[in-house]
Amino acid sequence: MAGLVSKSTSNTSTYAGLGPLLMLPSWVLIGFFLVLPVGMMLIYSFLTKEFRGGVIWEFSLAAYDQFFFDRGLFGDDPPVIEWTYIKIFWRSTWQAAVATFFCLLIGFPTAWFIATRTGPNKSIWLFLITIPYWVNLLIRTISMKFLIRDTGPLNEWLLSLGVISEPIHIINTNFAVQLGLFYSYLPFMVLPIYASVERYNFSFSEAAADLYASRWTTLTKVILPFVKPGIIAGCILVFVPSLGAFLAPDLLGGAKNFMIGSLIEEQFKGNAGNWPFGAAISMILLSIVLVVLTYYARQQGKEEAR
Amino acid sequence: MTEIAINIQNMTKRYGSFVALKNVSLSIKDNEFFTLLGPSGCGKTTLLRTIAGFENISEGAIKLYGEDIAELPPNKRPVNTVFQQYALFPHMDVTTNVMFGLLQLGQDRATASARVTEVLDLVQLTQFANRLPSQLSGGQQQRVALARALAPKPKVLLLDEPLSALDLKLRQAVRQELQQIQQETGITFVFVTHDQEEALTMSDRIAVIADGVVQQVGSARDIYEAPLNKFVADFIGETNLIDVVVTDVSQGNATCILPGGEKFTCPAAAGAVAGSGHLSVRPERVTLTKPGKGLLQGITTRQVYLGTDMHVDVRLDDGEIITVRVQNSEGMIIPETGAIAGLEFETGAARLLVD
Amino acid sequence: MANKLDLRRFPGFLAVTYLCLFLLYAPLIVVMVYSFNDSNSITNWGGLSLRWYGEVFWGAEAAKFKAAAINSITIATMAAISATTIATLAATAMLKAGKFRGKSFGFALINLPLMVPEIVTAVATLIFFSAIGFTTGYFTILIAHIVFCVPFAYLPIAARMQGIEDVYEQAALDLYATRFQAFKLILLPLMTPGIISGFLLAFIISLDDFIITNFVKGAGIETLPTAIFGSVKQGIKPNIMAISTLLLLVSVVFVTLSYLVGRMGQNKK
Repeated sequence: MAGLVSKSTSNTSTYAGLGPLLMLPSWVLIGFFLVLPVGMMLIYSFLTKEFRGGVIWEFSLAAYDQFFFDRGLFGDDPPVIEWTYIKIFWRSTWQAAVATFFCLLIGFPTAWFIATRTGPNKSIWLFLITIPYWVNLLIRTISMKFLIRDTGPLNEWLLSLGVISEPIHIINTNFAVQLGLFYSYLPFMVLPIYASVERYNFSFSEAAADLYASRWTTLTKVILPFVKPGIIAGCILVFVPSLGAFLAPDLLGGAKNFMIGSLIEEQFKGNAGNWPFGAAISMILLSIVLVVLTYYARQQGKEEAR
Repeated sequence: MTEIAINIQNMTKRYGSFVALKNVSLSIKDNEFFTLLGPSGCGKTTLLRTIAGFENISEGAIKLYGEDIAELPPNKRPVNTVFQQYALFPHMDVTTNVMFGLLQLGQDRATASARVTEVLDLVQLTQFANRLPSQLSGGQQQRVALARALAPKPKVLLLDEPLSALDLKLRQAVRQELQQIQQETGITFVFVTHDQEEALTMSDRIAVIADGVVQQVGSARDIYEAPLNKFVADFIGETNLIDVVVTDVSQGNATCILPGGEKFTCPAAAGAVAGSGHLSVRPERVTLTKPGKGLLQGITTRQVYLGTDMHVDVRLDDGEIITVRVQNSEGMIIPETGAIAGLEFETGAARLLVD
Repeated sequence: MANKLDLRRFPGFLAVTYLCLFLLYAPLIVVMVYSFNDSNSITNWGGLSLRWYGEVFWGAEAAKFKAAAINSITIATMAAISATTIATLAATAMLKAGKFRGKSFGFALINLPLMVPEIVTAVATLIFFSAIGFTTGYFTILIAHIVFCVPFAYLPIAARMQGIEDVYEQAALDLYATRFQAFKLILLPLMTPGIISGFLLAFIISLDDFIITNFVKGAGIETLPTAIFGSVKQGIKPNIMAISTLLLLVSVVFVTLSYLVGRMGQNKK
């Protein structure tokens, strides 16, 4: 996060008084092209859908209604909960959670290992871990797809080794999506944990050892609590983008693995589109994300106040 | 009558609720080498920066040769600063650094170049004209900083502890050079330091500052011989502070009773009053005499050999310790630890301080 | 000290780290290797060949990809320049302009594009342009890119500016420079590595973007990622491997440059 703010103690900063002027372009740009659009999106979620995409400017709760409830054709029946979309949200949450778990499982030891390297090795390892992140996400997802397809190199290789007799069907399964999400966001788990471990004082480990703790006890009782902020940050940084991800579910999951991202995208494609509905889903997603982030920010605030 | 270069009247500087400078009033004369002296955090640098224009003042006035400059931004004040860490622009060579102010003032390159050569000559750095700051030693960087600040011929030159990063021998050499340059150019120097030896050797006048308050202003001699209060007496050189009961203060003299009961008269600092007080007596003005003689009696507690002299600590009955400086010489008599010694000093050697 | 090492070492962690690296690089390396596959089928290995690279530049779909690449590069350049400029001004405000009203709000705003999920940004931007009647196309892509490039450019710029002490600009003011001169002659030159670093980062972020671009581009235009995506939807062909490898290498080179340039400034001090 861009966390850099001025540390000046002087009463007269060089460009004092010019602050608002210098910030103006950012304010205009982001206010006009991000904040305003989100506001428009909120409004659109309360409008009526137009047949070929777009909207009719007429207030309607149809979008949210469609999300939660299933009304009969004439709308007179009492609302019955529509589970389809809720299930999609639930599945997305589940997939994101599993991906986060895998990231944690693999990311924590990796982060620990890198942080405990000495000298220039440390930056080299860090660099190695982050380079794949900088490759286009689309390319990475395509690569993963290519690799794990039924006729892909992985299966080819395993078949030729005789380890399996039939190709393992990975593509278009839940696991493929989780793998894709894991692949997309792993560095986001590693880096915050790395930062936390960097700050860890190994005298704590020495003290624990002095008091007869085994290595693993030290890990669970001493190290993990200390590194918790990094772990939580990492989990959030993986979970949030995974929730709204589009590429991994779309390319790796296929039709059966519809997630929020794909659901939203569908609403804006061609004639079958339902813009208010798409807007509504986006609003719901955004709200969930903001709640999670606010909760996290508040926790951070409490941590720092301690 | 000498012109006043900088006149500060009742100036106070606050950072929120913290008061950095309280009611400061100073008059710095034209062509003077004026030093602001004090411990870290006393406000001397803040004071310098208010003159330069990097800090606004909360109350009071600052006048430069009669003109009110408090509202002027730093780039409109005809004063220049030699910064503590020199602040040489790292991406410009020596010549470009020194020329910077001249170009900003609108001089053409030819005139500016000539001036740069002149000023580099003055600080003896002509052969480094094309080097980058990173290629210079600390001492050389300091001279470039000086040259850069002198080039625009400011009315006042401000120096913020410019010698603190230099080693001792270099510092001593540069001190002399700075004095020479000040005399040659005739520019008023306002110099900030926490090193009292520096202040005493270089300055025409010194302002001793503590906790944002000006304690005393005077020449080196004034401050050393006639300190006003405990802080100044203690901060400049070493002194003994003796608890006394003051019975009378009149016409600049105080009559008081020393611990041990002797009556004693000595000069008093302006503003000293009767009641309980402190006498300041420098260790070199105290002499040891036979037990039973002298103004005070005490037991010798220790002797410290310092090469040029010997410091002897004598503890009085009331627990105070008086340090006596005995110059190293053949036949000097130093009492043993535990021996009783008498202490003697002249009237003029003591001074009643403002408490 | 042997003891200290023991406390830092956990059995299995090294293995997991290697596994992690393997998992991260394997797909990419596989793609790179197969891009040199001589066979028509992407599954059977037919020996080394550069034919697919040739196909990319001169084959059937070359024109399409070339147009897409040109769009990507021009948009990325303009977006990066704009984002870098805006981010530099913002960083100056945040770090060197003292306190002012709306400062913390402004700071949140700069970070906002990072916090909103990409697909939400994509939807919102599409809706916005539609609502104001702005036709989707090149400019809508450009504007959307500038917005999300700003926080990325801001990071290295602010990091660098943080390390430039106020005293240099104060010295400039002391020597009669106006604030604008101090900015131009002192701050900007000292900032250059950070600005370049920010530019490179913004460039690659823009070049790589898919989701937002896909939403706001409208029908008639493609960028490299959207063209690749469209092609993949029809089945992964070998020329996709080649393009992917090229794009992959470009990304890595740019980010490495960005990192090195950023470091260059530090060593000079």
